[in-house]
Amino acid sequence: MKNRSLSVYAFAYLAFLYVPVLVLPVFSFNDSQFIAFPLSGFTTRWYAGLAADTALQHALGNSLKVGLVTSLLSTLLGLTAAKAVIHYRLRGTGPALAFISLPLFIPDIVLGISLLLLLSAVGLPLSLAAMVMGHLLVCVPFALTVLIARFEGFDKNLEEASTDLGENGWMTFWRVTFPLMLPGIAASLLLTFVTSFDEFLVAYFLSGTEATLPIYIWGQLRFPERLPTVLALGAIILTVSVALVVLAEYVRNLGVKKVMVGA
Amino acid sequence: MVADRGRNSHEGYVLLAPTLAVMGLALAAPLLLMAITSLKTQNGLGFADGWTLAQYGEVLGRASYRALFLRSVLISATVTLVTVGLAYPMAYFVAFHTRHKFIWLVALTIPFWTSYLLRVFAWKIILGFNGVINSGLMKLHLIDQPLSFLLYNPFAVVVTLAHAWAAFAILPIYLSLEKIDRSLLEAASDLGDSAVRRFLRITLPLSMPGVIGAAILIFVPTTGDFVTPELVGGTKGTMIANLIEVQFNAAGNWPLGAALSLVSMAMVAVIAGLFVASARAATKAAR
Amino acid sequence: MSFLVITHVRKSFGGAPVVDNVSLQVPRGEFFALLGPSGCGKTTLLRMIAGFETPDSGTIAIDGETMNAVPPHQRPTNMVFQSYAIFPHLNVFDNIAYGLRKLRLPKDSLRAKVEAMLATVRLEGLGGRAADQLSGGQRQRVALARALVRAPKILLLDEPLGALDKRLREAMQLELRAIQRKVGITFVLVTHDQEEALSLSDRVAVMEGGKILQVASPRQLYERPVSRAVADFIGEINFFHATVREITAETATVNAGVLGVFALPAANLAPGIKAGDHILLAIRPEHVRFSAQGVAGEILTSTFLGERSHFHVRIPGRTKPVAVSGHAPPAGAAHLVFPPENLIGLPSNR
Repeated sequence: MKNRSLSVYAFAYLAFLYVPVLVLPVFSFNDSQFIAFPLSGFTTRWYAGLAADTALQHALGNSLKVGLVTSLLSTLLGLTAAKAVIHYRLRGTGPALAFISLPLFIPDIVLGISLLLLLSAVGLPLSLAAMVMGHLLVCVPFALTVLIARFEGFDKNLEEASTDLGENGWMTFWRVTFPLMLPGIAASLLLTFVTSFDEFLVAYFLSGTEATLPIYIWGQLRFPERLPTVLALGAIILTVSVALVVLAEYVRNLGVKKVMVGA
Repeated sequence: MVADRGRNSHEGYVLLAPTLAVMGLALAAPLLLMAITSLKTQNGLGFADGWTLAQYGEVLGRASYRALFLRSVLISATVTLVTVGLAYPMAYFVAFHTRHKFIWLVALTIPFWTSYLLRVFAWKIILGFNGVINSGLMKLHLIDQPLSFLLYNPFAVVVTLAHAWAAFAILPIYLSLEKIDRSLLEAASDLGDSAVRRFLRITLPLSMPGVIGAAILIFVPTTGDFVTPELVGGTKGTMIANLIEVQFNAAGNWPLGAALSLVSMAMVAVIAGLFVASARAATKAAR
Repeated sequence: MSFLVITHVRKSFGGAPVVDNVSLQVPRGEFFALLGPSGCGKTTLLRMIAGFETPDSGTIAIDGETMNAVPPHQRPTNMVFQSYAIFPHLNVFDNIAYGLRKLRLPKDSLRAKVEAMLATVRLEGLGGRAADQLSGGQRQRVALARALVRAPKILLLDEPLGALDKRLREAMQLELRAIQRKVGITFVLVTHDQEEALSLSDRVAVMEGGKILQVASPRQLYERPVSRAVADFIGEINFFHATVREITAETATVNAGVLGVFALPAANLAPGIKAGDHILLAIRPEHVRFSAQGVAGEILTSTFLGERSHFHVRIPGRTKPVAVSGHAPPAGAAHLVFPPENLIGLPSNR
C-alpha cells in the first residue's frame, strides 16, 4: 500500500537530514586532527580545548548578546505591527506588510552589503549594534508572521468582555491579551533568537572587529588543526538546542494539565 | 459584527510606525545607497566624482560574468526543484499519515539547530576524497579508487543546499496540506476518484500556495549564498555571490559589487515573478 | 422613573444611520427584548448601552445617571456576548470570578459568591473545569454567571441562545426566565427569533432599519400589531386589501371585496385610521375557521404538524392562498369563515 512506501521514504528522508548532523559528535570525539576516515579512537581533548579557547568564548558571548537583543527588539516590533494591522482597520495594510516582509525575498548578501554601504556613507563604525540592525531586517518578518497568525486566532470579544467586567485598558491587556499572546511571543522570541544566533551572511559584512560565533567558525574552517574543536562546539550547541526543545515541550504540557484551582 | 475603529485608527498608525521606520531605515535607505554606489567608480579608498554606467556595462558585457549568472540561476533552480520535490512527500506523510505530527515536525527541524556553516562543512567531510561515502564504498569493496566527482563541483553545491534548505520547504508545504479540509477529500472519493486521481485533482492544487511559497523562499536566498560554493563548490561550482563577496573584500571594487548585487537581485526578482505568475496560471488552467 | 432611558439616540458608521432616533424606557426589573432582522440596529443599540459604541447624538441614562461619557468598564451593565467570550486560559471558577478580582474580597466571601452563582446557573461542582472542555450550553451558562455575579443594574444579552440546538435552546429559555425572576435584575435581550422574544420578555421593541416600529407586551404585539411590518414579523398572518366605510365609537365597517363586508370592533383598528382609508385587513391563520358556509375555497396543501395542521386554501379573487391553522375541514368543499373579532385593521402604507 502507498502507506508503506511513504513511511519508508519518510524515515529515509529523516536519515538524509541527520547524517551530516551526526558527523559533528562523531568526529568531535575522534582522536585525530584530521577529519577523515578511518576513525582513530575516542578522546575528549577537543572539548577540553574549548575551555581554553578565549576567542571562541568571546565570539559566543557576542552571538548571545546580539541574539538576545535582536530577538527582543524584533518580537517587540513584530508585536506592535501585528496588533496594529489586525485590530485596527488601517488603509495601506497590504503594502505595509509587503514592505516589512521584503527582506525575505532579498538575498542576505544584498542586505548585508547595502547596510555596509549605509554605515560607511554615514561614517558609523561596524559593530555589534550594526549587526543587530542587520539581524532585525532578517528577523522582523519572521516575528511578524508568527505573531499575525497568533493574533488572527484571537477572539476580539475577549478584550471587550474583560472591559465589560470592569477592567480598564491596562488591566485588560495584562489579564487577558498578554497571557493569550504569550505562546506566540515565546515562539517569536525563540525563532528570532535562533535565526540571529546562526546568521552568517549579514553578520559577515557588518562585523568589523567583533566576531559572532558563525564568523568565528568561518575563520576556523581554514585551519584544519582547529577543526575538531569547532566540531566539539557544534555538538554542544546541538545538544543544548535539543535539550531546550524537550524542556519547552515539557513545560508546555505542564500548563495544559493544570490541576483545578479554587474548586 | 463590525466594530468601527475609525475613531481609534490613529492609535493603529502609531503602533505600526516604529516597525515601518526601522525597516525603512535599514532597508530602503541602504538599497538606495547601493543603487547610487553602483553608478560610481572606485578610486583608491573612495569613489571618483561623477556618475557612470560603466559598472553595469562591465557586469552585462563580460561573457564570464554572464556565464556565472546563468550557472547561479541554474544551480539555484535545481536546488529549489530538488528540495521541494524531496520535501513534498515528507510533508505529505506528516500531514496525512501519522498521529505524532508534533514529534515528526520537531525531529525534522532539530538538524537545523546546528550551525549552518558546520553543516556545510559536514557535507565536505561526507563527500570528500577520504570522506564518509568514499571510505564506506571502498570498505565494502564496491570501488577501488575514491570517487572524485562528489566534491568541488555544482553537484556538491546542489546536495548541500538541498539539505540546508529542507526545513524551509517542509514547513510551508506541510502547513498548506494541513489546511486542506478533510471533507473535501472525502467528497472526492465519494464522487468516484481513486486515491491517485484525488491527489492530482484536489490535494496537489490546494497545496500549491505552500509549494510556490516554499519555492520562492528557497530560490531567492540560495542565489545569494557564497558559503556553500566556497566550501564545496571548487572552481566549477562558484556562484554569483562569491564574485560579489570578492568585490567587497580582496578586490575592493565596491561600485562593481553594488552593480553585480543589483543586477542579480533584479534577475532573481524577475525569475521569481515569472515563476509565480506561471504557476498560478497553470493551477487555474488545470481546473 | 424608568430605569433605563434612551432618548433620541442616533448612530451611523459613515453611511445611512444604523440606529435612527430611537427612544425607549425600560422600568426596573423588566425582561425587555429588542427584536428585529439582521442589520436592524438592535445589536448596535445594545453595544451603546454597554458602552462599546458611542451615540452620535442622544443620551442613555441608567438609574438616573447619564452614561454617555462613562467608559464600559465603569458602567453598571454587564454583557453576555454572542460568542460567549469565555477566557480560554482560565477555568470556570476563574472566569466567573474575573470581574470580582478588583474588589479584593476576602477569599471565603469570593468563593461563596462564585459557588452561589454556579448553583444558580446549575453548574455546581464544575468550577475546576477547563474552558475548552465545556459544551455549548455550559459555556453559555458560564458567560451568564460571569456577568450576573457582579450584580449589574442591567444585564445585556446579545443573541445568547443562537448557537444552541432547538431542545437546548428551549430549555435555556425557561432557565433564563426563571433566573431573571429570581435575581430581579433588568434584562435587555437582543434577538432575531420572534418566538424567543415573545416567550421570554415582559415587553418587546420591534426594530427595522434602525427605527423602533412598536414597543408592547408579547400579547399586544401578536394581537394588536400597529403596522404591516410588525404583523408580518411576528408569527404568520394573512393580509387582505379593504376600505373603511365608517367608524363609530364601537364598530368599524370595512368592505373587503370578495370576502364581504365586516363589522369589527373599532379597537381592532390601528391608531390613526379614518373612514375612507384604504387598509390591510389582517387575520392570523389560527383564527380562520372551516365551516359549512362561507367563502368557498380549494385546499392546495395540507401539512400535519402534530397538535394541529396547516393548510393553504385558494379563494376566488386572490392569487395568494390563505393560510389556515387548525383541524381538518369537514368532508366536501372547504368554506372559510373570518370571525370579525379576530380581524385587525392596519395602515396600508408602511
